[in-house]
Amino acid sequence: MHEMSLAGGILRVVEDAAAREHFARVQRLTLEAGALAGVEVRALRFALEALAPGTCLAGAEIVIEQPAAQAWCLPCGASVPIHSRTEPCPVCGSHQLQPTGGTDLRVLDLVVHDD
Amino acid sequence: MCVVCGCAAPTATGATPAHDHDHDHDHAHGHDHGHSHGHAHGPAEVAVDARTGDLHYGAGSARVSVPGMSPARAIKLEADVLGENNRLAALNRAHFQGHGIAAYNLVSSPGSGKTTLLCATITAMKARAPGRAVAVIEGDQQTSHDADRIRATGAPAIQVNTGKGCHLDAQMVADAFGRLPLHGHAHASGPVDGHAPGGQGADILFIENVGNLVCPAMWDLGERAKVAILSVTEGEDKPLKYPDMFAAARLMVINKIDLLPHLDFDVPQCIAYARRVNPGIEVLLVSARSGAGLDAWLDWLLDDPSASAAPLPVGTAASATHTERQLRQRIAELEARLAALSPAP
Repeated sequence: MHEMSLAGGILRVVEDAAAREHFARVQRLTLEAGALAGVEVRALRFALEALAPGTCLAGAEIVIEQPAAQAWCLPCGASVPIHSRTEPCPVCGSHQLQPTGGTDLRVLDLVVHDD
Repeated sequence: MCVVCGCAAPTATGATPAHDHDHDHDHAHGHDHGHSHGHAHGPAEVAVDARTGDLHYGAGSARVSVPGMSPARAIKLEADVLGENNRLAALNRAHFQGHGIAAYNLVSSPGSGKTTLLCATITAMKARAPGRAVAVIEGDQQTSHDADRIRATGAPAIQVNTGKGCHLDAQMVADAFGRLPLHGHAHASGPVDGHAPGGQGADILFIENVGNLVCPAMWDLGERAKVAILSVTEGEDKPLKYPDMFAAARLMVINKIDLLPHLDFDVPQCIAYARRVNPGIEVLLVSARSGAGLDAWLDWLLDDPSASAAPLPVGTAASATHTERQLRQRIAELEARLAALSPAP
């Protein structure tokens, strides 16, 4: 549900970049939705496609990268990759994990045209 | 699609070929110099080496020259989509701190008893700490029923109706805060800049978020802490079903414990589930209806020992050591508090 708000935030980031960099349309938009970003990727894609017509995102290819998240495992004393907040440490099975990365939704880059 | 560069060929250019990649001609004369075929190029399509005069086509992102199309260029942004909200939340946080206000963001599913808990809290707070001002920002999609209930206790409240929105954001909270007497009072009575903490401890701002265990987890409002409220009628596995929210909360309040004798709700299992998604989460058991546990809840609100601690830095590999140090410190604090409670709850 909040993906529509996020799509609006993404459009705003892109339009700010368009004003700054003077481009007219986006050919490809690359996003990064970390495994713990709380983003349903299909819903986000749907929301972006709904918002795009009439904006510089119209017709743009949307690439959403979904990297694994990182967490600090207290028993292991090491950083481990995880894919959800309910997942145990892949090494020791403990749930004493503090996520340290993969919680962000970011606009990574754009491929744009000036006409 | 062009198999060389992977770009999509435009379909509306009529007879004009979209692409001219290098290819051999079977003309009688030979080409002993390289040149590009086709159309006039705009100045943006070619990069000129100022020293040698060499022309570099295809310096765009796809590394090929595509006559008839403006070149694509790549722009690196690395921008946090929630960056604007986070910027406004940081302003809210500084504003609250400047006024000596502790703000708590109350999140839960609809019907967990947030408003009833707030009404009971405000009444108990008046008796316990009459010097502390309390105000409430109420978030709902529609109606001002909740703000009306808060105002009936004598505390000022602003209702924020989000319409179709499923969460409050930092801008909404900033707008609502500016309309509360808590804000105006601090400006009127403070010294020179009007931003001074009260002398008898922090005033308290409750932000009751839209009833929703999913979306509000992502939006920082500038609060000191998120408090997740879970009622015992909801089932003990809610922290596993909605892990983002319980991971974002500093405190879980298990509400409606007066109903426990009538239910199969497993309190220790619920706490274990919450700690599985958030090892550091604190837990209180209360009943807004019977008043059980309200004293401990007020203790937490009025004398939050971790209140001055900065939120854990999250998101960069470089902060891992720092995070670990803070976590170990926090575990030690929590263990000390646990030891102080002779029989565990």
